[in-house]
Amino acid sequence: MNFDYTEEQSMLRDSIAKWAAGQYDFEKRREALKSEDGWKKNWATFAELGLLAAPLPEDAGGLGGGPIDIAVVMEEFGKALVVEPYVSTVVIGAGALLAAGDDAQKAAHLEAIAGGERIIAFAQAEPKSRWALNDVSTTAKKDGAGYVLNGQKAVVLGATQADYLLVSARTAGGQRDEQGVSLFLVPKNAKGVSTRDYPTMDGARAAEVYLENVSVGAEALLGAADGALPLIERLVDEANAAYNHEAVGAMRMMTSSTQEYAKTRKQFGRAIAEFQVLQHRMVDMFMHTEESVSMALLATLKLGESDAERAKAVSASKVSIGRAGRFIGQAAVQIHGGMGVTDEMRIGHYFKRVTMLDSTFGNADYHLKRYTALSAKAA
Amino acid sequence: MNLDFSPEEIAFRDEVRAFIEQNYPAHLKGKAMREDLSRDEFLAWHKILGKKGWSAPAWPAQYGGTGWTATQRYIWLEENARAETIAPLPFSVSMVGPVIYTFGTEEQKQRFLPGILSGEVWWCQGYSEPGAGSDLASLKTKAVREGDYYIVNGQKTWTTLGQYADWGFFLVRTDSEAKPQEGISFLLIDMKSPGVSVRPIKLLDGGHEVNDVFLENVKVPVDQRIYEENKGWTCAKFLLAHERAGIAGVARSKRNVEKLKAIAKAEIGDDGGPLIESPDFRAKLAQLEIDLSALEMTELRTLAREQAGKGPGPESSLLKIRGTEIQQRLTELTLEAVGNYAQPFPRGLGDNEFSIGPDYAGPAAPIYFNWRKASIYGGSNEIQRNIIAKMVLGL
Ligand SMILES: Cc1cc2nc3c(=O)[nH]c(=O)nc-3n(C[C@H](O)[C@H](O)[C@H](O)COP(=O)(O)OP(=O)(O)OC[C@H]3O[C@@H](n4cnc5c(N)ncnc54)[C@H](O)[C@@H]3O)c2cc1C
Repeated sequence: MNFDYTEEQSMLRDSIAKWAAGQYDFEKRREALKSEDGWKKNWATFAELGLLAAPLPEDAGGLGGGPIDIAVVMEEFGKALVVEPYVSTVVIGAGALLAAGDDAQKAAHLEAIAGGERIIAFAQAEPKSRWALNDVSTTAKKDGAGYVLNGQKAVVLGATQADYLLVSARTAGGQRDEQGVSLFLVPKNAKGVSTRDYPTMDGARAAEVYLENVSVGAEALLGAADGALPLIERLVDEANAAYNHEAVGAMRMMTSSTQEYAKTRKQFGRAIAEFQVLQHRMVDMFMHTEESVSMALLATLKLGESDAERAKAVSASKVSIGRAGRFIGQAAVQIHGGMGVTDEMRIGHYFKRVTMLDSTFGNADYHLKRYTALSAKAA
Repeated sequence: MNLDFSPEEIAFRDEVRAFIEQNYPAHLKGKAMREDLSRDEFLAWHKILGKKGWSAPAWPAQYGGTGWTATQRYIWLEENARAETIAPLPFSVSMVGPVIYTFGTEEQKQRFLPGILSGEVWWCQGYSEPGAGSDLASLKTKAVREGDYYIVNGQKTWTTLGQYADWGFFLVRTDSEAKPQEGISFLLIDMKSPGVSVRPIKLLDGGHEVNDVFLENVKVPVDQRIYEENKGWTCAKFLLAHERAGIAGVARSKRNVEKLKAIAKAEIGDDGGPLIESPDFRAKLAQLEIDLSALEMTELRTLAREQAGKGPGPESSLLKIRGTEIQQRLTELTLEAVGNYAQPFPRGLGDNEFSIGPDYAGPAAPIYFNWRKASIYGGSNEIQRNIIAKMVLGL
């Protein structure tokens, strides 16, 4: 057993922290989010710092790291409130290519991802699918050597910045069948693709994606047709594992800055940190944070296990972390009093981010059910 | 003891329901839970009620109240919640009005009550300051007497909808030597007075509903002081109890439970069927309804006591705590219900607004974040528990 970062991982963490402190403080972040392409400079920096290459294998232009490197990046992102489409590009996009791509597909995208020239968004959810990964109504019909895609994808995070969309589509079967789902890597500028872009509550960008008779060649299909669901399950588990670390970063910040605030804010002639009811709430915040750190690590360390074990660990972590995020966010705001609900203070932005992370790829309730079902299957 | 409405009460309900149906402005239907209402939108219903003589049912009839029984007032709130009307502003009708008719001079009653009843005059509440939140009595805004005027200097904050206000009621310090509670006076200030400036504070949901109010050498005629000099704390406390009871919002929460059920019918649950049929979601809804029943019965008991001549006392803290907890729980469940469509930021869509996902989904997250305020304002829920511990339990 060993819970230490390697020297490289510590350096990675420090370099992100340094960048965030200098180039991505609260005001600079606000500016970047407001401007149309403020994110571009950040993305170029991510490439320079090696964040995009970190988890990719060396023969694909990467640095040969793995899930722990992603965890390091994500926790720092969580602290700095970075909301760029890192997970959809590096964890899901590159992950899908590595798992199912052929040599040509890998060559076409992986180096570009590592170099910061390719952004991928995961066009998976649909207006009525909620979080069920098997619920796919978007269709891909065979057309000569290629396919024609039709459908709508909902709340596609990062679609605004993306140049490619990783689309789940049905090539066979009924709406909720496990069989018959396929993955396509579709250029966003393909004819028939249109988006309705919008900001999200936490300052990220997303879009509704409409696919109308989008013709793609055979090279767009990732892996075998019809059998992509297990891969999608895995990619989403990996994405959730990554987001867990981001949530942990945000929780650490909420917990520590609430303590700071309570020590300095005075009412009734003393620091509000002296009121025992607030002390106990801060203790609970601390405990929830520690347990979230543990659960995030548990999920990440189990990503390489069997499908069932991986899925259970990830769902378990989503339950703990979803609940913890809600408790910590609400308590942090409450202890800040009126200041807690302002846009001006960072605390509310962390609260918004952890809340949105909970409702990304299944909230705590969804994962409690998934965990229960997986346990029943194993018994 | 019984819970049934009498035939007269049922007739009253029908009358009220018909009045609302016939008179509530069509363009304001369904807008009550949306934020970003204009001044005119906020006041439209209040003005209609003012004409009818129904804008202040809780006031004594001699000052313009309706003379309704507690049950009738309960019915009134229910019917308004049912129709989702935009309620008259609490700051005028539920807060400053009762202070003025209880503590004001005859001349002050004549001068201020009509505008409150009619909805012509918008009032805001200038209590909190940057350094005086929970510890309200530590407020520093200073009023110095000069002849027939007070000269007021200081800063108020969190002033709800102060951007629309014509008048504000302010707590100011008139004696810095006395014990904190004993040197405070209650002043009515015309927001157009020279030296008053209002600066917006943006909240985490992107909305503008609170403000900083700066007071710089503002001249306030002495006859705009309510009650005696240095006795403003008495008015302040009286008003806070009214404010707290009003915050419970039982009727509105009941209506919002119905809306949540409608959302849960439209949404797909995790197993592919309607969300409302999902056992865990149903259980959460049931728990919420049960909690709301308990609160409602408690509120009815309090109303009955009030009817018997006992005004809202420290028990109103209970209603405030549980009422806001339930409101917040409602926003949590609504957020959960809408799934992925919690994410879009509706205020960020710019001018030519379009909604993303189903109509009911857009406000779910902003309202969830915004309603964290409910356990903070009106005296935080921690402070309410302190009040119950001290005043009710004698601990
Ligand atoms: C949206 C909104 C609208 C508002 N509208 C108005 C308005 O129109 N007019 C107006 O005058 N004010 C208004 N307020 C102000 C509101 O009344 C104050 O925010 C509230 O009294 C809390 O004060 P504070 O924000 O300074 O927090 P603090 O007093 O700094 O409290 C911070 C935390 O410490 C806790 N705390 C403080 N003292 C104790 C204690 N003794 N024991 C245990 N815990 C304690 C609090 O519960 C809170 O969790 C509004 C506030 C909000 C958020």
